[in-house]
Amino acid sequence: MSTEAPAAPDPGAPWPGPFVRYDLVKELVAALGVVALLAIVLTVLFSSPDDSPTTIQSWAQAAPSDFVATSVTELAGTSEIAEYGPPYNHTPDATQKIGPLDLQSAAGVRIPIDTATDFVLEPLRTIAGAPRLQLAIRAYESAPPALQETWTGAYEAGLERARYPRGEAIVLPAGHYGPVAPMMAALLGLAQSGGLDGNLLSEDRRFYQTDYTKPLLFLSGGEYFEERAEGQHLLGTQWGMMNETGSYPGQVWLWLYTFWYQVEPFLESPNADALVFALMGLLSLAFICIPFIPGLRGLPRHLRLYRVIWRDHYRDVEGGS
Amino acid sequence: MSGKGDGGVSAAERQMWTTWVRERAVSSLPPEKLLPDRQPSYVSSWIYVFGVATIAALVVVVVSGMVLGLGGPTWWHTDSLGRFFNGIHLWGVEIFFFAMVVHLWGKFFMGAWRGGRGRTWVTGAIVFLVAIGAAFTGYLSQQNFDSQWIASEGKDGLNSVGIGAFFNVANFGQMYTFHVILLPLAVVALVVWHVLLVRRHGVVPPYPARAAAAPAAVPPAEGGAQ
Repeated sequence: MSTEAPAAPDPGAPWPGPFVRYDLVKELVAALGVVALLAIVLTVLFSSPDDSPTTIQSWAQAAPSDFVATSVTELAGTSEIAEYGPPYNHTPDATQKIGPLDLQSAAGVRIPIDTATDFVLEPLRTIAGAPRLQLAIRAYESAPPALQETWTGAYEAGLERARYPRGEAIVLPAGHYGPVAPMMAALLGLAQSGGLDGNLLSEDRRFYQTDYTKPLLFLSGGEYFEERAEGQHLLGTQWGMMNETGSYPGQVWLWLYTFWYQVEPFLESPNADALVFALMGLLSLAFICIPFIPGLRGLPRHLRLYRVIWRDHYRDVEGGS
Repeated sequence: MSGKGDGGVSAAERQMWTTWVRERAVSSLPPEKLLPDRQPSYVSSWIYVFGVATIAALVVVVVSGMVLGLGGPTWWHTDSLGRFFNGIHLWGVEIFFFAMVVHLWGKFFMGAWRGGRGRTWVTGAIVFLVAIGAAFTGYLSQQNFDSQWIASEGKDGLNSVGIGAFFNVANFGQMYTFHVILLPLAVVALVVWHVLLVRRHGVVPPYPARAAAAPAAVPPAEGGAQ
């Protein structure tokens, strides 16, 4: 039985063996042709996915009850975004941590969002020719927080028995909703007309807009948005980050990142995002530094798959053994 | 010619930055090393195809992306030609990552960092990670439901470690700039650096052959040019 050569040739020294002709440029041109042709064939056969985006208007029209239920939590300050913490707002104990390390708080509130003001009150103020609505807004804003909470709580309870005739209006059972009822009815009307989409983009009164933070955060609070994602197998529990709409391959290279969300301790951890990010950061660093990590850098020699890769070479030098 | 030393370069010329850069570049990578027409005999495996296929796919991705850029970010939603080039861009990216992952696994099993080639591995690994960022911002720039959902999900991971405060996935303008300028530039620059390192240090040789045949594997040293 043969053994490894005791004195390994220096892999950094010039190759002492024979050389063969090798046309690098021709190889690159040929590869370019093959890859371009393959991409064209795949495009002709499968094209690319393009599911139209959800708008505030399409949400309010398709699921008015979900829209109103979400909106009242934004007004009450009890929605997921209202209680998110940095970078959107200062909510105590809302941040994720890596052990004692709270990077989320350290970065600060750099994208301030006040859901009541930004998602509800400011858009309602732009509705012209509605003096009773403006009175309702002022009544809500001037009320003490406890009374505001009473109104929004009663309204949320009333929504469970609400009706939406033809999907265009809210009919609630009798209750003490205060100004919240006319405000929500007006917000639903504004959303269904398409006005709220533009309103959320242009609150800072600029003409050109490229920042969709406010409408996207508002949308993400509703069940409608999530149900649509679930139908496209995009949820986190469905390995969503690496999937694409339809049956197309998505970002499959994110499989390891997505994998951690499917297993304990990350699955149920309140710090799952931060912990997975930290773990992937460490693994990425190890991946980059493989040549300098004892044990790992020597692993390929023991795995011996190199003998498959260079089988022609070994057949030549070992005489076909 | 008076005042000229070896190589026809005067003392004054040697002090020029341009001369210094040229001489460093040529001595590090002489033309026959930069574009060799011969390779060691062991460079005859299917695995070598995937490195060049990765570069070819990158060219397809960059060119199709430039065409898409000419029409602007909404063009491909409304025009069949734009949709066609978006398809090439998408499938080019899928081929790019497939080829790069096979290339990386191949290089791992070959122990391709041996012989002072550590930086070659490091630059290749960083290309992979930066390319993931380039693709991620591309998915965010699609302006369809997929990009909405990816932004909605992706923000939580980035916010949890403080990155989201500076890199806002819901800010289309910021993501688009990263996707069409900053990250492609980084990927291309790193790929160029990686390829130059490969050319400078040569292709890693095989692990030693078995002892019984070792003499045949180590011919006289005169033939080396790498």
